[in-house]
Amino acid sequence: MRRLAPKGVLILAALAMPLVFNEAFYQHIMIAAVINIILAVSLGIILGYIGELSLAHGAFYGIGAYTSALLMVKVGLPFVLAFPLSVVSAGIMGFIIGIPALRLSGHYFAIATLGFQGIVVLLIINLVDLTRGPMGLPGIPSPGTLDLFGWSISFGDKLPFFYLAFAVMIVVLILVRNLLRYKFGEAFIATREDSLLAASLGVQPRNCRMLAFVISTALAGAAGSLYAHYTMFISPDSFTLSESIYLVTMVIIGGRGTIVGPLIGAVILTGLPEVLRFAGDLQFVIYGLMLMMVVIFLPKGIVGFVDQFKQRGAPLGN
Amino acid sequence: MDFLKISNLSKSYGGVDANSDISLSIQEGEIVSIIGPNGAGKTTLFDLITGVTRADSGSVRFQGTEMSHLPTSDIAQLGVVRTFQQTKIFRDLTVLEAVMIGNHLHDHTTLWQSLLATSAAREQREKKRENALEILEFMGMADKQDLITQNLPYGEQKLLNIAIALAVEPKLLLLDEPAAGMNPMESLRMLGTIRKIQETGITVGLVEHNMRLVMNISERVFVLDYGELIAEGKPEDIRANPKVIEVYLGRQASA
Repeated sequence: MRRLAPKGVLILAALAMPLVFNEAFYQHIMIAAVINIILAVSLGIILGYIGELSLAHGAFYGIGAYTSALLMVKVGLPFVLAFPLSVVSAGIMGFIIGIPALRLSGHYFAIATLGFQGIVVLLIINLVDLTRGPMGLPGIPSPGTLDLFGWSISFGDKLPFFYLAFAVMIVVLILVRNLLRYKFGEAFIATREDSLLAASLGVQPRNCRMLAFVISTALAGAAGSLYAHYTMFISPDSFTLSESIYLVTMVIIGGRGTIVGPLIGAVILTGLPEVLRFAGDLQFVIYGLMLMMVVIFLPKGIVGFVDQFKQRGAPLGN
Repeated sequence: MDFLKISNLSKSYGGVDANSDISLSIQEGEIVSIIGPNGAGKTTLFDLITGVTRADSGSVRFQGTEMSHLPTSDIAQLGVVRTFQQTKIFRDLTVLEAVMIGNHLHDHTTLWQSLLATSAAREQREKKRENALEILEFMGMADKQDLITQNLPYGEQKLLNIAIALAVEPKLLLLDEPAAGMNPMESLRMLGTIRKIQETGITVGLVEHNMRLVMNISERVFVLDYGELIAEGKPEDIRANPKVIEVYLGRQASA
């Protein structure tokens, strides 16, 4: 129980944030941070635990967003159905792509995912009848309202939406932590560290990699659904290769092979552009320099850097 | 029925016969060694048995189950586990974690139990931890459980190799040069360890260059040369076998 206390304080602080900084601008950034945390932590499963570089996470994010949006706009499903279906559809796409891509590893895997990323964006742009192509899809409804003891909470407002997204994020964090803590996380690590040795111990490397990939892509779908119903407008621009690279950067800056790492990376990279806004165009230079510094001086990310000063904790148990 | 029966197993790499038409069998409970000069195909034979490489032809039956077409992980599930010549020990984990991974097949946690962190998942993990500790105790390495595996001295890395394999609870354990590069003290410890493993009822197959170890411990010895099985028998017979002497010491110059 004592180990839970600091986490509880952090969660309470995070919950209080949008009440303290109650301007719409700050609340917007907080919601973006929560969505980015879901994306980075899910991508962290692929980058950190099966040790492959996926450049398609933005595409799965987009698949989730478009699935959820189209189901509500065209089919008229409520959010409570559209959200899980977007998770499932991103996961199924992950499975289909995983069949050929996971046969590859290293650079080849990265290039396969790069190709898929390109295909998804092209499909969104060209399936004009369905997606309205580059014009984007407007008029996506918010998750709706929740009537609670006579109170009517509208998730179209920023504050309630923040709490909705935050709840989803907490569930995602708990599921990912549990997944990585028990049998499967160990098998992922075994496969990453030495797949031949893992196989000779009875671990099935191919199944492990597939499981990790499908769960990771499904969670990206969840983030996509949240994003679509928050902004109420989506276009292919949000799900391009640069989004995928941005997410990879979050994981690497935060620290691979942990859950906290991607979380910290997501918070930093969501806030950084705003902090650097005073610098005008120069912010991109500063941004780039910071990235280079991290890669050169903190190869294990911020978490790895902090860990050097602490006694090493068990990597299987965090 | 033979415990492990290899029949007419062949594998060639671009015209070089790494294993040609090898037939041999191993009985339950014994320790057998496979010896031969470098490049004789000993490791290839282990690779073929454990599905790391596919044989061109021939069959491998373990307790009656044909396994020459099975992937490595399924072969481990049947109870045939091998170690590797290179130390493979999950270099960045602790000793205890590495051995726990070896116990993977005996962890019956389902995906849902894991995602929801049910008490079943926690019990399975605890059981795995206890098993791993027991094995480390057995190997005399219990005090090393929290060290990072790559920080162990060489001799203990080789022992850890075996500890990880033991965690799978194998019926047949194949050790690829467990004593390679060891000093006499370390290889004596290895000898004792292999004996202890056999006493727990595990059949042991050994590829080894350390002749003192081989002759001391093996009940039967197989000799490979250029991919062919040239002799098999008790250690004392092998020692006196002219073919084997020729392979190791060269042919006597004809006068």
